[in-house]
Amino acid sequence: MAFDYDKYLRPNKLPHIWCPGCGHGIVMKGLIRAIDTCGLKKEDTAIVSGIGCASRLPGYLDFCTLHTAHGRAAAFATGVKMARPEMNVILVGGDGDGTAIGGNHFIHACRRNINMTYIIMNNKIYGMTGGQFSPATPTGDKASTTVYGNPDPAFDIAKLAIGAGATFVARGTAFHANQIDKLIAEAIQHKGFSVVEILDDCPTTYGRRNKFKSVIEMMNHLKETTVPVKAAEKMSPEQLKGKVLTGVLYKEEKPEYTEEYAKVIQRAQAAK
Amino acid sequence: MAKKVAFLQGNEAAAQGALYAGCKFFAGYPITPSTEVAEVMSVELPKIGGKFIQMEDEIGAMAALLGGALTGAKALTSTSGPGLSLKQELIGYGCIAEIPCVIYNVMRGGPSTGMPTGPSQSDIMAAKWGTHGDHPAICLVPASVQEVYEETIRAFNLAEKYRTPVMIMPDEIVAHMRERIVFPEPGEIEVIDRTTPSVPPEQYKPYDTSFGDVPPLAAFGSGYKFHVTGLNKLPDGFPTTKAEYVQAEEERQVRKVEGNAADIMKWEEYLCEDAEIIVVAFGSTSRSARFAVDQARKQGIKAGLFRPITFWPFPEARLLELSKQVKAFISPEMNLGMCAGVIKGCIEGNAPILGIFRVDGEPINPDQIIDKMKEVK
Amino acid sequence: MSRYELRFSGAGGQGLITAGIIMAKAASIYEGRQAVQSQSYGPEARGGASKSEVIISDTIIDYPKVTKCDALLAMTQEACTKYSEDLKEGGVLLYDSDLVTKLPEGNFKRVGFNIINTAKNDVGREIVANIVALGAMVALTGQVSRENAEKAVLSSVPEAFIELNKKAFNMGFERALEASK
Repeated sequence: MAFDYDKYLRPNKLPHIWCPGCGHGIVMKGLIRAIDTCGLKKEDTAIVSGIGCASRLPGYLDFCTLHTAHGRAAAFATGVKMARPEMNVILVGGDGDGTAIGGNHFIHACRRNINMTYIIMNNKIYGMTGGQFSPATPTGDKASTTVYGNPDPAFDIAKLAIGAGATFVARGTAFHANQIDKLIAEAIQHKGFSVVEILDDCPTTYGRRNKFKSVIEMMNHLKETTVPVKAAEKMSPEQLKGKVLTGVLYKEEKPEYTEEYAKVIQRAQAAK
Repeated sequence: MAKKVAFLQGNEAAAQGALYAGCKFFAGYPITPSTEVAEVMSVELPKIGGKFIQMEDEIGAMAALLGGALTGAKALTSTSGPGLSLKQELIGYGCIAEIPCVIYNVMRGGPSTGMPTGPSQSDIMAAKWGTHGDHPAICLVPASVQEVYEETIRAFNLAEKYRTPVMIMPDEIVAHMRERIVFPEPGEIEVIDRTTPSVPPEQYKPYDTSFGDVPPLAAFGSGYKFHVTGLNKLPDGFPTTKAEYVQAEEERQVRKVEGNAADIMKWEEYLCEDAEIIVVAFGSTSRSARFAVDQARKQGIKAGLFRPITFWPFPEARLLELSKQVKAFISPEMNLGMCAGVIKGCIEGNAPILGIFRVDGEPINPDQIIDKMKEVK
Repeated sequence: MSRYELRFSGAGGQGLITAGIIMAKAASIYEGRQAVQSQSYGPEARGGASKSEVIISDTIIDYPKVTKCDALLAMTQEACTKYSEDLKEGGVLLYDSDLVTKLPEGNFKRVGFNIINTAKNDVGREIVANIVALGAMVALTGQVSRENAEKAVLSSVPEAFIELNKKAFNMGFERALEASK
């Protein structure tokens, strides 16, 4: 029987705003399947976002949804989780929102290891504002503000998350649609701050400036430039050149923030 | 039984007032001269099962505050000038999404880093106009340690009652001054909680104006699912650009406060009945002014003090009335004339306003005010 | 009694704000009078000029700062020079005689003794110099009783340091009386 997405959607809020060929819808469906796998109750789950195309996602989902200001999703979500640790908190957003204007909140959410899952849809561009380069735009690429080629080096978002202390970091792509739900489900089930970077495509503002003739070409690019971590173990450095790893990149058990704060409460009450 | 008394600093009193009001959540970032509030809350909140979090920056603190408040918690943050500037983005979010919370801002010298340990009263316009767009503003300006305590409780009550961020802004002198405070018994001061929905979750709309200008607010995690956004929104919380909704909603958000100004405004009149010169002063400056008024009366000058305790909404109508009886107003303030400008806006040119404006980090002393009274013809 | 204005001044880190708080607490909580304490300080936690002001009165105190100083404590030369200008005629200046050598002109009482060295050598810990100074200020100003001031000191310090502070307070009180003879 086909999976019933409708029970998690707000049908009267559709159609969504995303362009034809955009991968955000693929990610949204993966997220829904993951939520279903994990059995999260709608009224006990907050889905929090910032600003941008990807950040419109919560509006389509029938949960407690919080569409915050640009870059602030992780900080709002931290407040929600801290005040009600029993809620499931999932963050969604784009690369610019999460790692440029929201970069500080992002790294500190990683550092605290607060039990939330952050899905970053990395399409390497600011889509909603018309295609300006983001911290994830590769050097040399074209954007509306780098018509002569991007002079900036790009973040490796997964590495940034690992370096900042996230205890579960995975990467998938919009092409590998059937893996997205598995990665997100594993991230949700992990206790601690989990980050799932989904390499995504923006045909409208990135693809056409960077010589991708079609969405299919962009999807093929995601396929051809990525290698699962397992497969990469058997490959030589030459074979891996220019490839990006996908799958679960990092996993570690560490004290979780709201549980640690529960101990603070115990200590404070014992000292009273 | 004798009431509990203590010798407390303004900032400590704010924290105690917040606890009396039922505050269970604090998110902040260290900044001079308000940090004592965060320090006390970090000690006291966990004792009652509340939550304290020190965030990565001022914006993050304001974001976490709103997130915590959306789960139903009464929430407090403390900051000062530069932090207030940073928080403005999300103060606007709190206004449009209608999330109750309290922002305690100690006024220090500015702009920018300014004079971190010096007193000032120069954030009062930022309290009203700091964030972009039209929005409601409530700002309280206490003048004593006891009043910081009581006005912090009132700040929470107003935030909950009108479902909006409320600012309480002592100047650095009031915030760091120590005085005896008498604690009220539990129940002695009214504590207001936000109205929660009476309808079942499937019928709930977070901005349903059929319940009046202040719609009930459900808590995340309480069985209600709904959408919150910083975009202009429909009664169900979802974004809209439909002109009729945007206009009506913005007007309602402002009307919530302006239309209830009589309930929110609070001021004190001291010897104003027959006053020919009225000193309009708030915060620590009002203490110098009262001292000056007493001295002036001894010298035969008919002086009075008008002291706003709520700065926003400003008591415009009353000042207009008083403007018809006085020879002049005097506006002593630790800024370059912000309050004088506000007074000017409401007295229709009926009386001159003589300013005493200090931004050198020193308080305005009573002698300066008396000297200014003597300039009045 | 009418408005009485005290100023405790010195360098940041000398505990003068604490001394002012205890004086005000003694008046407000233990003596049942009105008191307000305020302070002014620079960004330095240590060093830099620092002052703590206390107003004591039997009626409501409006203006919380010193207008004309009745009693000034100066623990450094810098503070003495900076903060003695508004010392009242007939007022009192208490200073650390090792550190303050240039005394201001004026018609007020000057009482000096080696406050910091008294703490260091006679009480045993330099850190309680502020309490030695407080004891001396209590003796010289007569605004609060010795008993109430001592109560305020003891309620403001950690359990383990009660004896040390008691000794410091009383030694300061005695030394001030001797020095003002």
